[in-house]
Amino acid sequence: MNAQSHAHGAHDHTPSGWRRYVYSTNHKDIGTMYIVFGLIGGLAGGILSMLMRIELAEPGPGILGGDDQIFNVFVSAHGLIMVFFLVMPTFIGGFGNWMIPMMIGAPDMAFPRMNNISFWLLIPSAILLYASPFVGDGPGTGWTVYAPLSTSGHPGPAVDMVIFALHLAGASSILGAINFITTIFNMRAPGMTLHKMPLFVWALLITAFLLLLSLPVLAGAITMLLTDRNFGTAFFDAAKGGDPVLYQHLFWFFGHPEVYILILPAFGVISMVIPTFCHKPIFGYLGMVYAMIAIGVIGFVVWAHHMYTAGMPINARAYFVAATMVIAVPTGIKIFSWIATMWGGSIEFKVPMLWSIGLIFLFTVGGVTGVVLANAGIDYALHDTYYVVAHFHYVLSMGALFGIFAGFYYWIGKMCGRQYNEAFGQIHFWLTFIGVNITFFPQHFLGVAGMPRRIADYPDALAGWNLVSSLGSYLSGVAALWFLFVLWHTMTRGEKCADNPWGEGANSLEWTVPSPAPFHTFEHVPTIRSSAGGH
Amino acid sequence: MADAHTRNHDYHMVEPSPWPALGALAAGLLLIGTVLGMHGYTWVVAALGLLLVLYTMFVWWRDVVREAETGSHTKVVQLGLRYGMVLFIASEVMFFVAWFWAFFNSSLFPTAEMGGTWPPEGVQVFRTWDLPFLNTLILLTSGTTVTWAHHALKEGNRKGLIQGLWLTIILGAIFTCIQAYEYSHAAFAFNGGIYGSTFFMATGFHGLHVIIGTIFLTVCLIRAYQGHFTPDQHFGFEAAAWYWHFVDVVWLFLFSCIYWWGSGAAPVAG
Repeated sequence: MNAQSHAHGAHDHTPSGWRRYVYSTNHKDIGTMYIVFGLIGGLAGGILSMLMRIELAEPGPGILGGDDQIFNVFVSAHGLIMVFFLVMPTFIGGFGNWMIPMMIGAPDMAFPRMNNISFWLLIPSAILLYASPFVGDGPGTGWTVYAPLSTSGHPGPAVDMVIFALHLAGASSILGAINFITTIFNMRAPGMTLHKMPLFVWALLITAFLLLLSLPVLAGAITMLLTDRNFGTAFFDAAKGGDPVLYQHLFWFFGHPEVYILILPAFGVISMVIPTFCHKPIFGYLGMVYAMIAIGVIGFVVWAHHMYTAGMPINARAYFVAATMVIAVPTGIKIFSWIATMWGGSIEFKVPMLWSIGLIFLFTVGGVTGVVLANAGIDYALHDTYYVVAHFHYVLSMGALFGIFAGFYYWIGKMCGRQYNEAFGQIHFWLTFIGVNITFFPQHFLGVAGMPRRIADYPDALAGWNLVSSLGSYLSGVAALWFLFVLWHTMTRGEKCADNPWGEGANSLEWTVPSPAPFHTFEHVPTIRSSAGGH
Repeated sequence: MADAHTRNHDYHMVEPSPWPALGALAAGLLLIGTVLGMHGYTWVVAALGLLLVLYTMFVWWRDVVREAETGSHTKVVQLGLRYGMVLFIASEVMFFVAWFWAFFNSSLFPTAEMGGTWPPEGVQVFRTWDLPFLNTLILLTSGTTVTWAHHALKEGNRKGLIQGLWLTIILGAIFTCIQAYEYSHAAFAFNGGIYGSTFFMATGFHGLHVIIGTIFLTVCLIRAYQGHFTPDQHFGFEAAAWYWHFVDVVWLFLFSCIYWWGSGAAPVAG
């Protein structure tokens, strides 16, 4: 892809100091704030998960005293933080903000001021969520906040704080989604047709639609929770004619698209990384695009597979089993297209590529256990066991998180102007890869053996694999600390990064501007001339 | 690359602004204050937060209006604003989906606790063809008057625009008054069971949107008096009109589902 011209950094009347960020209308500064926010969220959520694994390392009371309420407060906070304060802000707010305008040749986002409130709304949201465990007994509800545990089961203010944290994070994401969709539809450079857009832009576009259409339903559901808790409505109160299962429907109508919101940006990142390091175009570009659209659309009609054991008619179960398994088809198209891209390529195993291959491998493991769990009959036995925990950590803490790290190593040189150290990055990858597999693979065995989620203790018979899992999480913790070192090393000691450090494989527009990318890019909008975009 | 520094686009590069951070602070105060209020501490923080939210909206949109009046809203920027408003309304539609879902969950599958019928046993509902139908006619009429205003605007007829807007706003205000009157005569309570919950939350959120839409149209009326809108550039008015039609359509669904179909053969009040 050729660009007639690129960067420019003159004539900005940007305030300096704290005002530069607090008053910002610049997509790169806002993206940077999102990434820092995501890093803090990742560390907080990671510490919580380590403490849970320390508690579970041996049978009997551990560091949390075997207290199920405290344990579940940790479960809730860990889940909500990882979803709303790590993956979403880093992928969408961070990489999306940084890269989308550059990739489509636009000077900024469509609504730069609204872009900033999308970020700043996360601050009161985070204050409410991070403070909730310290108020009363904390929110021991899990990230799903199911009624009646969240209504009559938690009378204190903690759950109200979680509800409002979700309202704020939801408003932030809806505004962000409007911004991304408008930017992508309205601000593409001349020649950048939809079918030439880089796949990361496509991934974020579809993600934004999922956010736009699913989060308002969550807002309604948690508003019902709020009025049930505080103002005497009866939405989820069976004694007054309400229905607790209604909450599950509303939650998962949001919750299932939400898991695609978490993984589609990762698909987008590795669809940029793999062609770059294989030095050949992505295999089946259009198939990749329409597979993502299919995943997004079908993702809206499978929600009740999270609720097989809540009591559903057999026909409904049959439908949700079938619909869920259909999603394996477009997902398979993506997996095989990535593999076909690598096939016959001259592959460079640089750090972003390692994370991408790791993602393909481990996401596929999680995808396959997903097909297992999609079957209502099997799910009856496995529901709420560690098998489910293993499944969704393979797709999230290895799918989504590996995608974040792939994107981080891919773009850090462009974002901060200094390149990471290749050896240090590879050490980070292998520590994490080994750590998370030791942590989560044994959880399949624990789940099949019947170990339930959200309980702080377990029978002695399960001690062995629990210890292995905990040891794996300690290794993952070491990997996280190592990442902090890599981050510090890159920022302070990293070598100057070239405009395009990856060579001819990297040909989306962000590689045509200097590293670090100047404050304003494409004040002079480029014209896209080549025949095929995104690769 | 001689021309690399020349700007060749019509997008709006918005100046740095304190309002987003202020708005986030305001929203935080409002919600933290509401937690405090709901648990018996104080409503002062929430009230402060609400005032600050309203203040932020005022100064933020004042800036947008100024930018529109000083030429920042080129054709492509106006198109972007249209995308934004359509997408916002789409998200609002999904918000109402949640309330309709709750309504149909109970009305299609009444539980034993409510006597196995809908409306639940003992609930006296409103007469469909009484005030609710009057309100339907009022809101539909207001949809025509706002279109009248739009056509007047497009033909450069400011007097017609102002007349149409006045009528729309008055009809919207009458709708809200009738709705308030109806609420005060309800034979079922907000906290009395699932019927009151679904009825008041669904129609209540709709009522809130009518009030917001009326304020939006009032802002347009003030701007019309100031001569802001031209036949070529009047996105602010268009957005208000779209919003008003959206509110109108939601009401048609509320009326036909909750007031009409959902009234069943139950005894009616009044």
